[in-house]
Amino acid sequence: METSAPIIEKPVIAEIEKPPLLLSQLVFLRFKRHKMAVAGVIVLILMVLYSIGGTFFKSEAFSLVTDTSIRLNAPSSIHPFGTDAVGRDILARTIYGGQISLMIGMIAMILEVIVGVLIGALAGYYGGILDSLLMRFTEAMLNIPQIPLLLVLGKLLADKIQPIVLLGREFSGSVIVIIAVIGLTSWMGLARIVRANFLSLREQEFVTAARCTGTNNLSIIFDHILPNTMAPIIVSATLSVANAIISEAYVSFLGVGVMPPTATWGNMLNGAYNYIETAPWLWIFPGSLIVLTVLSINFIGDGLRDALDPRALTQAE
Amino acid sequence: MDALLEVKDLKVQFNTLEGVVHAVNGVSFVVEEGKTLGIVGESGCGKSVTVLSIMRLIAEPPGKIASGEIIFEGKDLIKLGKSSMQAIRGQKIAMVFQDPMTSLNPVLTIGKQISEALIVHKDINTSEAYNRTIGLLDLVGIPQAKDRYNDFPHQFSGGMRQRVMIAMALSCNPSVLIADEPTTALDVTIQAQIVELTKNLQSKVGMSVIWITHDLGVVAEIADRVIVMYAGYIVEEADVYNIFENPVHPYTLSLLRSLPRVDSHRYERLAIIPGTPPDCIHMPTGCPFMPRCSFVIEKCTLENPGLRNIADDHKTACWVDVKTGRPA
Repeated sequence: METSAPIIEKPVIAEIEKPPLLLSQLVFLRFKRHKMAVAGVIVLILMVLYSIGGTFFKSEAFSLVTDTSIRLNAPSSIHPFGTDAVGRDILARTIYGGQISLMIGMIAMILEVIVGVLIGALAGYYGGILDSLLMRFTEAMLNIPQIPLLLVLGKLLADKIQPIVLLGREFSGSVIVIIAVIGLTSWMGLARIVRANFLSLREQEFVTAARCTGTNNLSIIFDHILPNTMAPIIVSATLSVANAIISEAYVSFLGVGVMPPTATWGNMLNGAYNYIETAPWLWIFPGSLIVLTVLSINFIGDGLRDALDPRALTQAE
Repeated sequence: MDALLEVKDLKVQFNTLEGVVHAVNGVSFVVEEGKTLGIVGESGCGKSVTVLSIMRLIAEPPGKIASGEIIFEGKDLIKLGKSSMQAIRGQKIAMVFQDPMTSLNPVLTIGKQISEALIVHKDINTSEAYNRTIGLLDLVGIPQAKDRYNDFPHQFSGGMRQRVMIAMALSCNPSVLIADEPTTALDVTIQAQIVELTKNLQSKVGMSVIWITHDLGVVAEIADRVIVMYAGYIVEEADVYNIFENPVHPYTLSLLRSLPRVDSHRYERLAIIPGTPPDCIHMPTGCPFMPRCSFVIEKCTLENPGLRNIADDHKTACWVDVKTGRPA
């Protein structure tokens, strides 16, 4: 008697040997599940497109033209966002102001990360006297209130620094002052986080193992320990972009931040309080741009914090 | 035999709030070229501190190498400066740690970690380092080395990680490999593989090995000479046959008695050593093993017996002849 061999369905080998996910893929997957963070990324990309793409439609010169005959015009087809108290086009100014506001946020963040990581890493890794000195310095810096410092330095230095030209645009010297002051007064929290992580990581056996292979201290700090503490640094850096934008808006609103005619979202609000009811387009447009940007950056920060949390590794499907 | 590494009268102390911890108290030994030295002893007896001093990796402070010499290639490692010591670590003397789970950096690929020592010590470019790393992974028996080069430590099993650690240690062809309890965190079958691997590699590249363990079975398998340590002292030193066939120190005897044996009676209880090791801050006068020893004579309470020769190549630190129970 003849029996046909039973058909066994063979599993596809490629499916079994699917390589494990890389950390970056895992983080991406978990970030994707955070709906608000994804929305934040989209809004932020739109903001960047708006302030960079806008330059193709409105020239910078146009954003600086003053014409008192059309001052405080309500939004119309010629001036979609209306005009301000000296007749400048608000749409064009939000485009060029956005560039400055976002740039201030980014550069201040980079400054903050460099200073904070450097101080935190050195203090945490070497410990002892260096740690005490750097941490006392950090605490001293924490005692200086940021906003009054911004106001005083903004007032003192703003017109002392010559305007600079970057990427074909001329910036008021006050932009540099604001970036430097924000960057150099907001690294303390990050420095403490980094120090705390270095304190525990330097005792790990892989650090001893690295030392055993003859690796020098700098390489141990930056190549071995620092990548282990990237998650909190990334989260903190993201949130500090939002903080820097807010701080800039705050001092510019008070009239001592970035000096006109250079526009920022913050200094466009300066003076708008005189027309809160009579010309609401003065503050609605730059104000909503600030709120949207800061909100989306904060959501991105939240999403990153959840996505980078190593304890959540198992929860990703 | 040529002595490759010689430790002379090494004393290491740690300053703590409760007092000075005498972790290593005058340890001397010789590592011969191409041979394996086993260091045995229970937890806290100074094994790891001894080898960490050879690497100069004792944290100072609180630790301090109080006295002694560590002669390697005609130089005293204790007197070497930071940068010359860094050149020796990894290149001439390499180390494998106890727990492969924690001694690999979780965020760097194993390829990067292995090639690092090569890039630090040898003047070679990245592609050459890559090729040698693949060769090392093959050597320690990691299959599909090319595919695993970019894998992270969490993608390896414990035994594989220890192989990676060994590959890291071997990357610059060191003349001494220090293995600090490399098999303690592994299960027995993997343990046997790692021991076998080390023996094979040793015969291939001809290095000396210092193998620290508290597992006498592993020592019997791998060591040529054995040092038994207790409370920071060497209490017995002999070649591996004499340690097992003819132990002359009460501590070694008790250790051997506390091993389960294949031929023992089924319901026999394992022998234990009563008591605990002495507090290394307040060392008792006399022999440190005296409180737990069953051979005590009056002299033991008064004076610490130094290490003395009792036969060719067989040293012990005991006042008593354990065969007769009378003073030696």
